[in-house]
Amino acid sequence: MEPLFAFEDVTVGRRLLGVRATVPARGTTVVRGPSGAGKSTLLRLCNRLEVPDRGVVRYRGADLAEVDVLAHRREVGMVFQRPVLFPGTVADNLAVARPQDPVGLLLERVRLPAAFLDREAATLSGGEAQRACLARALATRPRVLLMDEPTSALDDEATLGIEALVRELAIPVVLVTHSDEQAARLADHVIELDAGRVVEVAGGR
Amino acid sequence: MDGDVTPLGLAASLLLVAVSIAISRAQQLRLERDMVVSVVRSLAQLLLAGAALGLVVDEDAPILLSWLWVAAIVVFAAATVRRRAPRLPGVFTISLAANAGSAVVGLGTLFALGIFPMEGRTVVPLAGMVVGNAFKSGVLAVLRLTEAVGERRDDVEARLALGLPAPDAVRPIVRGTLRLAISPQVENIKGLGIMFLPGAMTGLILAGVDPLDAVLVQLALMYVILGGVVTTTTVTTLLTVRRLVTPDHRLVPFARETRDE
Repeated sequence: MEPLFAFEDVTVGRRLLGVRATVPARGTTVVRGPSGAGKSTLLRLCNRLEVPDRGVVRYRGADLAEVDVLAHRREVGMVFQRPVLFPGTVADNLAVARPQDPVGLLLERVRLPAAFLDREAATLSGGEAQRACLARALATRPRVLLMDEPTSALDDEATLGIEALVRELAIPVVLVTHSDEQAARLADHVIELDAGRVVEVAGGR
Repeated sequence: MDGDVTPLGLAASLLLVAVSIAISRAQQLRLERDMVVSVVRSLAQLLLAGAALGLVVDEDAPILLSWLWVAAIVVFAAATVRRRAPRLPGVFTISLAANAGSAVVGLGTLFALGIFPMEGRTVVPLAGMVVGNAFKSGVLAVLRLTEAVGERRDDVEARLALGLPAPDAVRPIVRGTLRLAISPQVENIKGLGIMFLPGAMTGLILAGVDPLDAVLVQLALMYVILGGVVTTTTVTTLLTVRRLVTPDHRLVPFARETRDE
């Protein structure tokens, strides 16, 4: 089966140095490694928030340098390390994503009550905010979800809640983490980075 | 018409500068040196400008001379903006366009509508007023915009990640910047006559012009200056944004790194 993402000798500054790796089209791929290893950069290449200095990044076989970047980003959703909600209510936040599904349904998928739609985004707890960010990312009906250390700003309970949601997603996920425990809990596949290079590729759980 | 201030009078006004220097020393403000430098510089620069203005306001002087001076003002303003915001690539060009824009809009309005006659006496002082006010708002716009995009990088990238085009992703920041840079001028106009009596009007009254005539001149100037400020701010902001995002809807590394990690 064609890989979801393929990195062909990808170099970005001094953060990624000639990376060759593939992300399979099913399950959860965890990108693991110490801080400064280039994990986030690898993830950000996947939705073209960054571009390689050298090498090619492919999505389902297509060179990302040649795709329509705006359409690609709606197809490849992203959840960031810190939950960034825009000013306004949760409903306002979902509206920015021009949702393809009823907003109540989106909240249901991240297990937030529908009453949250009218809540001011600034009043949400960290865990609630990250759930709302996930709902917002799902609003474009992505076929892939990128998650950049989505729980590193959250407490243990909120972390497990987000992990449970990740397991329920019916789409492939690429998740960056510095936590070996989290990698062990979630990974179907592992790409391990250190100092900008791939040091290990493995099956996971 | 001769001014009332004689060289002796000017020297007398330095008395208060001496007092200021004494206070600075007593309070250990360490502003003494700056104060002396600013006095010496202002004396030299303004006397020089006054002498040069004498050449261009002469009725026999070619008007081209005045326009060359205006061009110099625009270039100098752009150079000042570059000094204040050295990190933004291409800031000189941006500022040149923005200040030239305010000069064209401002002077164009003043002369084309016949508010002032276009002659040696009017071109340079009016350009100085319009561009002098406009470039300050341009500096504010450049600094605030680059800072805000850096600070709110997460917000911008979250919007980009939802497939929003870069101009939409930075729109809230652009809007905030424009408001911030334009509103001081609006506040200025609101405060006219209450908080302060503006320079041109005060100058005319001191020179013996009827106060109501002086008010008409000042009001027309203020409104045109507002137009200049809006022009410079808008041009600066829109061109600066184009340096902070790429055509393929990414933040440039410079904008991403502005934030302290």
